[in-house]
Amino acid sequence: MTQEATEGKVYDVAGQDWDKLTEAVAESSEERLVINMGPQHPSTHGVLRLVLTLDGETVTEARTVIGYLHTGIEKNLEYRTWTQGVTFVTRMDYLSPIFNEATYCLGVERLLGIEDRIPDRAQAIRVLTMELTRISSHLMAICTYGMELGATTPFLYGLREREMVLDIMEYITGLRMNMAYIRPGGVSVDLPAGAVDKIGELLKVMPERIKDMRKILDANPVYTRRTKDIAYLDLTGCMALGITGPVLKAAGLPWDLRKSQPYCGYETYDFEIATEQTCDVYGRYQVRVSEMEESLKLIEQALDRLTGPLKNQPVMIEDKKIGWPAQLALGPDGLGNSPAHIAHIMSSSMEALIHHFKLVTEGFRVPAGQAYVPVESPRGELGAHVVSDGGTRPFRVHFRDPSFTNLQAVPAMCEGGYIADVISAVASLDPVMGGVDR
Amino acid sequence: MSDNLPEVPEQPIARTGMFGTSGTGDTSGYGGLVVRRPAPVSSPRPYGSYFDEIVDGLDHEGVERVVVDRGELTLHVAREHLVEVMKKLRDDPALRFELSLGVSGVHYPHETGSELRAVYHLCSITHNRRVRVECSTPDDDRHVPSTVSVYPTHNWHERETYDFFGIIFDGHPGLTRIEMPDDWEGHPQRKDYPLGGIPVEYRGAEIPAPDQRRSYA
Repeated sequence: MTQEATEGKVYDVAGQDWDKLTEAVAESSEERLVINMGPQHPSTHGVLRLVLTLDGETVTEARTVIGYLHTGIEKNLEYRTWTQGVTFVTRMDYLSPIFNEATYCLGVERLLGIEDRIPDRAQAIRVLTMELTRISSHLMAICTYGMELGATTPFLYGLREREMVLDIMEYITGLRMNMAYIRPGGVSVDLPAGAVDKIGELLKVMPERIKDMRKILDANPVYTRRTKDIAYLDLTGCMALGITGPVLKAAGLPWDLRKSQPYCGYETYDFEIATEQTCDVYGRYQVRVSEMEESLKLIEQALDRLTGPLKNQPVMIEDKKIGWPAQLALGPDGLGNSPAHIAHIMSSSMEALIHHFKLVTEGFRVPAGQAYVPVESPRGELGAHVVSDGGTRPFRVHFRDPSFTNLQAVPAMCEGGYIADVISAVASLDPVMGGVDR
Repeated sequence: MSDNLPEVPEQPIARTGMFGTSGTGDTSGYGGLVVRRPAPVSSPRPYGSYFDEIVDGLDHEGVERVVVDRGELTLHVAREHLVEVMKKLRDDPALRFELSLGVSGVHYPHETGSELRAVYHLCSITHNRRVRVECSTPDDDRHVPSTVSVYPTHNWHERETYDFFGIIFDGHPGLTRIEMPDDWEGHPQRKDYPLGGIPVEYRGAEIPAPDQRRSYA
């Protein structure tokens, strides 16, 4: 059957003479318009492609096309050691890299059976860096909300604040993003001198800055009209579609893995789960802002522990057969193995040299089996299904990325609404295509 | 159920060669050691924790074996019963696994007759519990019933698993590739699919696959 028989007269817009096209369309009574939003479009958060069928301004059908950023990270992991895997997974969801590392490392640690032996200081640093990253990720989400709805000020403010967090991450790990900081057994390097002061400064400044953000957006008439009662998705819809994170919390369910199935010692921290009852874009925005405020509390508590009871404790598991042997140190040519460690293996301990060599070239072996330890990422439940065959490399790693699942809600949120609200809906899901496509 | 099944000895995977890989130019990681430590095939009762309650509450002939490993419960379900089991897991008041975290696949080429596995992670918000459901299928008959009717979120996840492993989910509303291009050949996450090995076209010239470029060996 021809396309004309099934769909009626079709006018393609593909760079031809515009006048001829408008003339032809003027004769037709057909109103249905299919437009392609993306994969290169500034408000699709990367290379997301939306195929929208419009009737006037109303979206009658929204289809989501992904795969433009598929890089085969999961396949590549099978050809690297377990420790090298961290460097890959951190590049998946690039706005919250620490969470990818955390869920992967927690999975590997469960497979190794060393969950109880991870030093408390490493766990506290993990909590600290995760919550810092949550703030930077939510800032990005909120400021792009604003920008996509036409306000550039929140974007400039948001990026300025995000930069503060990234500076701290750079100071601690050596990299702003994709830091491969959390490793199986602990973290790659202890907090450097001065990091506590820098984070203290952030804790002083950030509450005010979040308040400023609230002042710009909370009661802004343009913003509220573009977000209130837009992209409605209730609890039933969330459950059916597997939606987690701020979208679920904005539907009224206080489901947060940090509380319900804690990891990294979250059960010992004092914080609240932010929820809203509105099921709309505005509710999701409110959840994100409240989560940032809660994250500041968590950072403060973690910092108290790191400077108090956990001071001068190890940050990597004591087991010489698993723990990465070298601590990093800043040398004249950048971050590298600490000179003390090199002196130790080269001139005083043959055994340390052997361990270093074996761990760095071959890696440790992980007993066969599978594990799934999810964490609460800024976008929802992020989990790595880690399978080992007993070798030094993963047999299979699958990431359950919340962005991937949450994007399935686009038709449910957008169909029947206006095309302008599609932008709002997608922004409220806050998808990161690096995580979606992996 | 699991009690009268003979213990299936799992073949250990032998890694040979300097770098453990073959067929590709990838030379990372020294994998020359042979590993002989199989994962548990099935677990004896009592399973401990809340696992007994789940297995008793489910009590379905479709559950072939139960594995409790590292504090996680895995139910191996025969594919002809998969949809029923999933429905019961979701709806039974004692089970109530309302939230599915999706499907992923694993390819075990050495396990003849059950090479491909579809793995489902379910979560019960009511009871705050987790369970993993595995459904295996032979490589020469790669069919698993679709569970989109039970958990609509499986729509994309099943497409992804089909894309990467070639498992055909019967009854899926539109089983097409999702990550790879529509005209891609092969299923990249399978173990018999090489890493790289795809020639790249660049400005009219064809760059050979990594394993066909010059070698220093």
